[in-house]
Amino acid sequence: MAVTGTNQSPPALSATAHDGDDSLPVVLIHRFPTFTGSLFPSLPTHFRLLDLLTTDASNLQSATAILCVGPPPPVTPEFLDRFPSLKIVVCSSVGVDHVDLPECRRRGIVVTNAGSAFAEDVADYAVALLIDVLRRVSAADRYVRAGSWPVKGDYPLGSKVSGKRVGILGLGRIGSAIATRLAAFGCQIRYSSRKEKPSLPFAFYKTALDLAANSDVLIACCALTDETFHVINGEVMTVLGKRGVIINVGRGSLVDEKELVEFLLRGDLGGAGLDVFEDEPHVPKELFALDNVVLSPHSAVVTPESIGTLQDVVIGNLKAFFAGQPLISPVID
Amino acid sequence: MESISVLMTCPPVHPYLVEALEKRFTLHKLDSVPDKPQFLSSHRDSIRAVVGNAAAGADAELIDQLPKLEIVSSYSVGLDKIDLAKCKEKGIRVTNTPDVLTDDVADLALGLMLAVLRRLCESDRYVRSGLWKKGDYKLTTKFSGKTVGIIGLGRIGMAIAQRAEAFSCPISYFSRSQKPGINYKYHPSVVDLAANCDILVVACALTPETRHIINREVIDALGPKGVLINIGRGPHVDEAELVSALVEGRLGGAGLDVFQDEPNVPEELFKLENVVLLPHVGSGTVETRQAMADLVVGNLEAHFLNKPLLTPVV
Repeated sequence: MAVTGTNQSPPALSATAHDGDDSLPVVLIHRFPTFTGSLFPSLPTHFRLLDLLTTDASNLQSATAILCVGPPPPVTPEFLDRFPSLKIVVCSSVGVDHVDLPECRRRGIVVTNAGSAFAEDVADYAVALLIDVLRRVSAADRYVRAGSWPVKGDYPLGSKVSGKRVGILGLGRIGSAIATRLAAFGCQIRYSSRKEKPSLPFAFYKTALDLAANSDVLIACCALTDETFHVINGEVMTVLGKRGVIINVGRGSLVDEKELVEFLLRGDLGGAGLDVFEDEPHVPKELFALDNVVLSPHSAVVTPESIGTLQDVVIGNLKAFFAGQPLISPVID
Repeated sequence: MESISVLMTCPPVHPYLVEALEKRFTLHKLDSVPDKPQFLSSHRDSIRAVVGNAAAGADAELIDQLPKLEIVSSYSVGLDKIDLAKCKEKGIRVTNTPDVLTDDVADLALGLMLAVLRRLCESDRYVRSGLWKKGDYKLTTKFSGKTVGIIGLGRIGMAIAQRAEAFSCPISYFSRSQKPGINYKYHPSVVDLAANCDILVVACALTPETRHIINREVIDALGPKGVLINIGRGPHVDEAELVSALVEGRLGGAGLDVFQDEPNVPEELFKLENVVLLPHVGSGTVETRQAMADLVVGNLEAHFLNKPLLTPVV
């Protein structure tokens, strides 16, 4: 690992301190030094933003709120020790697997996430990946652009999307939005979740294995926790079967990536649509030659609309916190 | 029925269909005949049925050369390659494959919309070329909530509308006449529809009236942020105008499954990242092609057994 010189300061964030405006509540920004993206443009209007990497140590003692951008380095007990007054960690993502939630709970620190800011965009993307894998959209587009249609003839047949049994792992905001969309395609929706949701008209399965046994497609969109690490493993893939398809828009480690690659190379799995990987931005090269796999660079959330909504959620949570009012999207463990 | 001669005028790409026909009839494949005029004249008195598809059917010239022709069974829902007026005139029955392919075509229309707006194919290329290691891919455009304008609200148009509604997309349409009992917004002209939607989908039949229904005026109305989706027929679109609009940035993007002169696709489109180009795969799934083949065979059998046709058009 390269060692950075101690005199080298991290690149500045583009919209940070309004140092003169003492009347605004203080929010510490937590990021990797390599994150130099501009912050939400409306934030400095409401808060005095201090960059954790450059601000005075004295500010750390009194700060009550931290905003994570990035994704940032993990929020560990050691990290939390630096902020004795900390009461809230606001995250800019839906996934909070980088935050030690039990430790925060122990210290009385509340954690908020992106709420439903991304739900529609991620759900759209999951459906897009599924149609692409089953109907070979990206592969057929490559075929046309390579000039193969006049030379090699018709493209091989794909597999029908409508009517497929779709198993959704995690029926939260994103999973529910996926279910609504695919139900309109005549897909048969079933799910597995920490808790059954009897008000919803979908079949519930207690385990990922049972879900896989009753599905043609598995869509992973649940939180990454100790329990869900590698929830889609070799056993699940075997039961899903040779024509089974896996879509992952959650976190890379929901899927045992090494097993997935082997199953795909052997032809023991029908296909996969992956927006997330275990070691981003590294993607197993063996997948590049496969036409039944669609790969995307963790872009399910990246639209101007969802980023605008995210800003609203972040500001909303911070304002509610400082006003002592109910938060918009607290993470309930 | 093995002695009944059936002529397949389209390329014999589907083994299941070819086998099913060969089992029941004497099947001739026009595609593999070296001297077509000679073949047609020597078989003029035996051919009683034609099987066609989106690429080739039965035009007036062919019909005139087959005086014993009784039925044309198309392996497609589109009928633009069949001279329907001539068939009516001569009492020749015509069948197609409606309904069984509605879902597939509608699924693909949505797939194209999503792929174009969210730059799915381009993102996949980005990863496969190793570019992700150098930096994140850019922002793409949200699909949910975009207004979808549909030209032709038949079976396929309605199926597209139902799917798009699940993404909270407001639906509007143009049709030869307003449809009673439909909640979607009707526009009396295609230009009007194009000016008032984000994504314009061609889902109507190809007839002399709808040829080039997407012309320069419509493309201009759709505009630099608009997206065109064509799952109908290539000639629905003035392809030269479309290409120049895309290349010049006057149209926001396009998802195309059909082209003017298949399998030839304008190469100027190959370097554009705001288009998705598919080789006419609208009904291209194992499940659906089998159902279509069953309908073609079923219609022919019904005809020669003097039973009611399954899916007659004429």
